[in-house]
Amino acid sequence: MTTPPATPPVQTPVPPADAAPTTLPRLATEGLTAWYGGASGVRDVTLACRENTITALIGPSGCGKSTLLRSLNRMHELVPGARVTGRVLLDGYDIYDQAINPVQVRRRIGMVFQRPTPFPTMTIAQNVAAGLAVGERLARSDRDGVIEHALRRAALWDEVKDRLHESPLNLSGGQQQRLCVARTVAPEPEVLLLDEPTASLDPAGTAHIEELVQELKREFTVVIVTHNLQQAARVSDVTAFFYLGELIEVGPTSRMFTAPLKAQTEAYITGRFG
Amino acid sequence: MRGRLARRLIGSTMTGATYGAAALAILPLAAIFAMLLVKGAGSIDLNFFIRSAVPVGEPGGGFAHAIVGTLIIVGMACVIGVPIGVATGIFLAEFGGGRFGFGVRFVADVLNGVPSIVIGIFAWTWLVKPMGHFSALAGGFALGIILVPIVARTTEEMVRLVPNSLREAALALGYQRWRATLQVVVRSAAAGIVTGCLVAVARVAGETAPLLFTALGNQFFSTRLQGPMAALPLQIYVYASGPYDEWHRQAWAGALVLIVLVLALSLIARAVVRAKRQHA
Repeated sequence: MTTPPATPPVQTPVPPADAAPTTLPRLATEGLTAWYGGASGVRDVTLACRENTITALIGPSGCGKSTLLRSLNRMHELVPGARVTGRVLLDGYDIYDQAINPVQVRRRIGMVFQRPTPFPTMTIAQNVAAGLAVGERLARSDRDGVIEHALRRAALWDEVKDRLHESPLNLSGGQQQRLCVARTVAPEPEVLLLDEPTASLDPAGTAHIEELVQELKREFTVVIVTHNLQQAARVSDVTAFFYLGELIEVGPTSRMFTAPLKAQTEAYITGRFG
Repeated sequence: MRGRLARRLIGSTMTGATYGAAALAILPLAAIFAMLLVKGAGSIDLNFFIRSAVPVGEPGGGFAHAIVGTLIIVGMACVIGVPIGVATGIFLAEFGGGRFGFGVRFVADVLNGVPSIVIGIFAWTWLVKPMGHFSALAGGFALGIILVPIVARTTEEMVRLVPNSLREAALALGYQRWRATLQVVVRSAAAGIVTGCLVAVARVAGETAPLLFTALGNQFFSTRLQGPMAALPLQIYVYASGPYDEWHRQAWAGALVLIVLVLALSLIARAVVRAKRQHA
């Protein structure tokens, strides 16, 4: 049984009465189109992500998958001239509703970017706690506990527990990326958006992150954009294939990679283009 | 074989030329410093720093009133100029894309080019004349006006250098725009901003013209902000153009102290950057 979110107060239309709470997807889009000025980056996307699943968005460069991902936590509108039409529903509530503050949306839908971005003037512990600064005030002991819990979930605790007050710039690329994951999960968002999180990492770092994502699935709903088809096959439960701004096909990963329904999907997956 | 030798020769000549150009650039500073050391070091003693001006002929006079005066006036200039300059720089970097930002940037660049004596006259018109007397306050105000555009432009450059990915990461965590700007972007640029301020202060500390009509100068030790106050460059000017040898020697010493002050500020600025880089 999903319980309604505690924050923020919302005056949007409630989900349809006939939708049973247990089948309501955690995150869903309806007819989502993301515009850059007059041109659309991604058109008319209707997609549903169930709780505790990993949805992979795949497709060649420029197909709109990153644009879609950034529309899911209202980061897209930060680009000058950019806007979004259609709906994005978090537990049935439209996050683009006029009454909703985008800042609140971003606290409940977290994002990890392609390149690790630890805040250079903060220590490792301060980085992890950075997301907590905008929520409710926590006591010092609680804060330390949250930091440790987040670092454990990011599989980084053992490697940094003795240097929490050092600069994050001394960590390797993979460690920095796991630090960013810890920073993103510390404030307990509901959904995690990962934008090609292993693109700038070596295979060891990539393996760590992929393991991590499988663990994170137990507590969060994950949407991951990846250029790496094998990674999508390894990691995700549902795969959505995009091409030139359109959602071509979406389905369970096992089916998508073995018996896709659309010819274009098959052509991309078998490497005939991309 | 001959082609290779010619290539190596041209390469070495060019490299040598760049070294030569660099040496030529350092030469004026080295020459000035050497000259001031030779002419002024002999006149520097403890009295120079703790005694104020004395009547001609009496021994043991110093520049204490001018040194303290410069510190006070430059301090006031910082209080006025640095907050406004830094805030303007942050505004230009974060929100300065539109027409208003373009206008502010243009005004700052023009202000940078205004002769400092004109700024001194401006401060005279608006502070000295209404108040009815010369004051250190007016001097600090004039120097503050000179500080603002310099600090604004260097702050803008430093904040722009912060990669956009940091800004995005902060916003994606649910930071409000102001918090992302202040706590992440500006904090990352802080070392550069401080350096810019220190270099600007070093430049402003040596300005004489704006102080001519505002602080005026003072023969006596004073810390009264509403009255005329001595300053290093002013005192050097008065003593250098005076007829007494004693005064000339002290002017050389004053010039040496001024350039050491400028050098010290620049070195501190570099040390700050290095410390931040090691800590970060």
